Amino acid sequence: MSVTLGTTTSAVAIDDVSVRFQSKRTEVTAIQQVSLDVAPGEFVSIVGPSGCGKSTLLKLVSGLLKPSSGSVTLLGEEVRGPRHDIGFVFQRAALLEWRSARRNILLQAEMRGMNPAEAGKRADELIEMTGLSGFENALPHELSGGMQQRVALCRALLHQPRVLLMDEPFGALDALTREQMNVELHRVWRETGTTVLLVTHSIAESVYLANRVIVLTQRPAVVKEVIDVDLPSERDYSETMARPAFSSVTAHIRDLLGAVTGHD
Amino acid sequence: MKPVSGDRWRGVIERAWRPAALLVACLAIWHLITVTGLVEAYLVPSPGKTFDLLVDKWSYLWGHTWVTTYETILGFVIAGVLGVLMAVAMVYSRTIESTAYPILLFAQVIPKIAIAPLFVVWLGFGFEPKVIVAVLMAFFPVVISTVTGLKSVDTEMLELAATMGGGPVKTFVKIRFPAALPHLFAGLKVAVTLAVTGAVVGEFVGSNEGLGYVILQANGNMDTPMLFAGLIVISLVGILLFLLLDLAEQLMLPWHASRRGAAVTTLLAKGGS
Ligand SMILES: Nc1ncnc2c1ncn2[C@@H]1O[C@H](COP(=O)(O)OP(=O)(O)OP(=O)(O)O)[C@@H](O)[C@H]1O
Ligand SMILES: [Mg+2]
Repeated sequence: MSVTLGTTTSAVAIDDVSVRFQSKRTEVTAIQQVSLDVAPGEFVSIVGPSGCGKSTLLKLVSGLLKPSSGSVTLLGEEVRGPRHDIGFVFQRAALLEWRSARRNILLQAEMRGMNPAEAGKRADELIEMTGLSGFENALPHELSGGMQQRVALCRALLHQPRVLLMDEPFGALDALTREQMNVELHRVWRETGTTVLLVTHSIAESVYLANRVIVLTQRPAVVKEVIDVDLPSERDYSETMARPAFSSVTAHIRDLLGAVTGHD
Repeated sequence: MKPVSGDRWRGVIERAWRPAALLVACLAIWHLITVTGLVEAYLVPSPGKTFDLLVDKWSYLWGHTWVTTYETILGFVIAGVLGVLMAVAMVYSRTIESTAYPILLFAQVIPKIAIAPLFVVWLGFGFEPKVIVAVLMAFFPVVISTVTGLKSVDTEMLELAATMGGGPVKTFVKIRFPAALPHLFAGLKVAVTLAVTGAVVGEFVGSNEGLGYVILQANGNMDTPMLFAGLIVISLVGILLFLLLDLAEQLMLPWHASRRGAAVTTLLAKGGS
């Protein structure tokens, strides 16, 4: 899949990528010949059985991992090492426990040498937007799981990355907080126009948030199906859940995953 | 933020009374042993006699205490600085780690008391051999704890740092080193008590001042009260240095101390918690 420079450049282009992990005796193929194109501003969810290679896929895009074969192109430039033009959110918030919420967010700015005044202003905006106001100075262990994850999200958005990678960011949250976070993330995405790759185990979450859902198979992961989500781009949560289009898509994905995990 | 606590002094008393009671009990047993004549007075002096001596010979003991404390602190600081540098080198370089570890282990298992005379031969009767023995004693725990601390950082945190593009120096200063501090402090606390031992061992081998010298002299003169007094003062020096480090830890790592539970200074500084 060749990528041409210009306005039509894909934000993320994964071209025929395979990843093999070599351990002492065995060789594990995590990903096999996966190709995927993500348009700028698109929200793509990735679902698949546990251990199939979803995290591996995100690490490839961020350059934290090199493919065994094939190539990954991010924002028109081939990925050769860790990339700095992305934001990354992990399943665990991964906050520095000696830093307050606000200073955890500002770590991003300090590492990048951003202008402190501007970064501070931006951090305050993000804190406001994600409902963390009043907890700026709280240490991570004084925050709830949902709040910690919001801090991680703010940190990933501070430098206004054009691509946001999220690896099961809400997996540790209770159902209600998770819904709230979904609504917030949806709003953030609409407001910022960031390209998002979201790995999730929740089918509802994957459909509610995305333009497209990629269903991966059991390891070695290949793309089982790409599903276009035909829902209005502004989505009220409960209204969306009630739409027939929503339930048919989620049912279809559930079938696919059931079929994937059911056999072998 | 801590859960709301009650009256500070009531908290201190609630926590301090058990160790205090144990101390009093030990003193009482010691006293009883000597009073009943169970053990001859020239073997174990009574607590009263020992304390009288501590008061009488105050200025004599103080001078020697200062010498030992000076050697201890110097040895501890040198071991701390060298130990941290060594640990950093070992964590960032496989080659250095694999090269240095065996030698480090060898230097650790060698009995310090056995090599101390060598330093006296080389460096004479001044403070240098004592400081070196103190350094040798304190070095190992600092290295081990710092290595453990530096390696304890989340891989996810380091991956995140890689996507932030700050480079290795910023990653070390802002993430790795602060994350290692709780382990480092644990190592430093062990190290400081070992440094006291090191200094005293150095004084045993060849010296004309310091608490080790005081004890050796008292031993030669069968002056058991002085011997006991020396032991008590050495212990007090070790405890005091330990508490100072504990306090430094509280001040530098409040985020950690608040979750670690009660250490002695937590108890004194915060009362109930
Ligand atoms: N560093 C590694 N060395 C060896 N094998 C690895 C490594 N990282 C991942 N794997 C293997 O690759 C496969 C895919 O791992 P990955 O973490 O991408 O799965 P995942 O889809 O994110 O799973 P989950 O949904 O449980 O998070 C797994 O079978 C795993 O054992
Ligand atoms: Mg994963």
